[in-house]
Order: sequence, then structure tokens, then C-alpha cells
Amino acid sequence: MSFTASLRDVTLKYKDTDALADVNLELEAGKIYGLLGRNGAGKTSLLSLLAAFRKPTSGEILIGGEPVWENAAVVSRVALIREGGDFDDADTVKAAIDTGQIRPGFDTEYALKLAERFELPLKKKVRELSRGKRSALAAVCGLAARAELTMFDEVHLGMDAPTRDAFYKELLAEYMDRPHTVILSTHLIDEVANYLEEVIIVDRGRILRHEELEVFQGMGATLTGPAAAVDAVAAGLEVLAEQQLGGTKAATVAALDPGARERAAASGLEIGPVGLQDLFIHLTEPTRKGA
Amino acid sequence: MFDDGTPIYRQIADQIKAEIMNGSLEPGGKVMSTNQYAAFYKINPATAQKAFRELVDEGVLYKQRGVGMFVADDARERLAADFRERFFERVLAPLVQEARQAGIAITDIIDYLEAQEGARK
Repeated sequence: MSFTASLRDVTLKYKDTDALADVNLELEAGKIYGLLGRNGAGKTSLLSLLAAFRKPTSGEILIGGEPVWENAAVVSRVALIREGGDFDDADTVKAAIDTGQIRPGFDTEYALKLAERFELPLKKKVRELSRGKRSALAAVCGLAARAELTMFDEVHLGMDAPTRDAFYKELLAEYMDRPHTVILSTHLIDEVANYLEEVIIVDRGRILRHEELEVFQGMGATLTGPAAAVDAVAAGLEVLAEQQLGGTKAATVAALDPGARERAAASGLEIGPVGLQDLFIHLTEPTRKGA
Repeated sequence: MFDDGTPIYRQIADQIKAEIMNGSLEPGGKVMSTNQYAAFYKINPATAQKAFRELVDEGVLYKQRGVGMFVADDARERLAADFRERFFERVLAPLVQEARQAGIAITDIIDYLEAQEGARK
């Protein structure tokens, strides 16, 4: 069984500032979601609410259809792995792993297998670990929790590229072995994009977009060609960025409808894709209107 | 591993089609599972599933419940017309455009192709 997650009219205030304002979000069970947003956009607040680490100022949060706040049966099957892993620094790595057993689904054997794969020194104290190893330990505990909703908040920080690659592979293997709901919050967007089924962009305390990955990947386009021809096609489209080199112009548009695509092709313009990361940068641009 | 322009599921579907056409996947043969594809390409299994669904809809693959996916017996015939059509659209159309930009006459291209063909005989 994997959990659905819903936020309904959720607002979270820290003193006078809204960390999240009137957020509505529905997540289906059994998918891998990417949660993207700039620093301070509200990603961690949102995840903390889903894990019942915090109570919303107003609104309702349901996990698997049930209110999550003070609901031990549900919370014990929700795992939020935060950067650094929330460990007791004085514990050994082995003891930190054993602490995971408070969760009903925790698989110690799997955790130890992962610890070996990530070359974690079981006898060392958590405080002696490098940042990357500490993150790897957090990832191990998250995977082995075998929760029905697992959230990784920037867990990749400090991991080197081979470790991140191993983490994504393990995550995918665990997901395929035992379908559950996963939320990955990360800044390494292009690195994880293909693992995601849906993407949620949070911006200034609001949900800016929530779409299937493919919608994002097919959304934008870069039109390159003679300046006049590019301008003619781009007129009326939402232009995110423009660059000019002599008589050649490149315009990045937020969306290219089939009609415009045909006109661009007919004018001999080069149509290039816009990666999720570039699209994200443009969509969350502070000066962008209507963001 | 993937070009950026085309959706990944379509690239996977195209690759399976190419493997059927070049014989590395035989009619009636079993295709790897969506999970194996997902692990190999490091993609979400839903993406691989979408590629398979498209191929089943096109009659290229068929599903045997509980066993897996197989190449349809007439998959090659089905795909042949498709490949022919796409050859003109994807290979020849850009070629003609490129030739025009370079100021090469179509007759020059025909002469070239005929000379190549002649050399092969």
C-alpha cells in the first residue's frame, strides 16, 4: 500500500511571514515526484507538514486519506529524510541505523547491505563522518525505512557524483520492488529529471506548477534564426529569454503551440528543447510577471 | 543517452522498432520488462511503460498476462511501411533542405546516388 497526500487550503506562518499560503496539492499514490523551488520557496516547509513535523496554521493535510497530525499509525509509515539525517552525533553509524527500527517497515538487513554499498564505517561515530558520508547514511535510513511515503529533502548534499548515482539507482530499484510514493526535493534538477513522473514547482510559498515531467519537457522551446523571422514567430508568445549574436537571434519561449511550431518550421528556424532546469530557472525568475 | 527533443518514451519505442527491423528482436521473441528498461536507462518505470503501451496499441508488441511482452509475428511488415514513410520525412526532407542551402541541384544528388549504386554493382 502506498500513500496519497493532499494539502487543502494550507497556510503555514512563521511569525508574520507566510512560508506557505493557500496551498492545494493532490499527490497520487505510488509515483515519484520531484519538488523544485528556489531557496526559501517553501519546499522544506511543505515536506515538514506532510511528515507532521509541523502543524499548519490553517488548512488540512491528509496522508492516505487520513489527517496526519498526531496520527501515529500514519506517521510511522511516512519518512522524511532531511539534510544531515537528524542523527544523534554521539551514536555510532550502526546505532544510528538501529534507531530506524522504531518504524514498523524498517528493514535492518537491507540497511546494512546499503551501508556496505555506500562504504559507511559502522563503528565510527556519526560526528566523525564527512558531510557526504553523513548524507549517504541519511539516504540509507530513508530507503530502508520502507515507508509508504518517503521524502528526501536535499539528501544529496555533499555526496560525490558516484554516490549520488548509486543512490538514484537504489531508490529506483527499491521503488520498483515495492511501489510507494516518493518525493525528491533537489536542486540538481537535470540529474534527477528522468527518474520523476511528476514535477511540482514551489515558488514564494505557492505551488507555481504541478505537471507530468513530460509536460514540462515538451513545454518550452528555443527558436534560433534570423532576428526578424524569430521575432515574427515569437510575437504573441511568452518569451522567457532572448539572446542576439549579430543578425542571429535565439528566443526561449515558455510554450510553443502546434501552430507556432509549424510557423517556426516553415520559416526555417531551428527549434531546440528547453531542459527542465532551464525552464525552472525562467519560471521562477523573480522579475517574471504572473509567476 | 537520449536526444533532448523527442520524449524519452518515444525514443525507447523507436529503438525497439529499430531492433525489430534490424533483426535483433525476433517476431514472437520476448522483450525485456519495463522495470529492466527503467533500470537500464535510469528512467521512471512509467516512462518505459508508456513506450510499451504505444507499441501494443500499434500492434508491434503484444502482452501475455503474467508472462511478459512479445514481438508480434507481423511486426516487421507493420513497421516496414512506417519506416519507408519516415525515411522520406526524416532523412530525405532535411537532405533536400540542406542541399538547397548549399546550392546543390537535385539532379547532382541523383547523379551521385546513381554513381554510388553503379559502383556497388
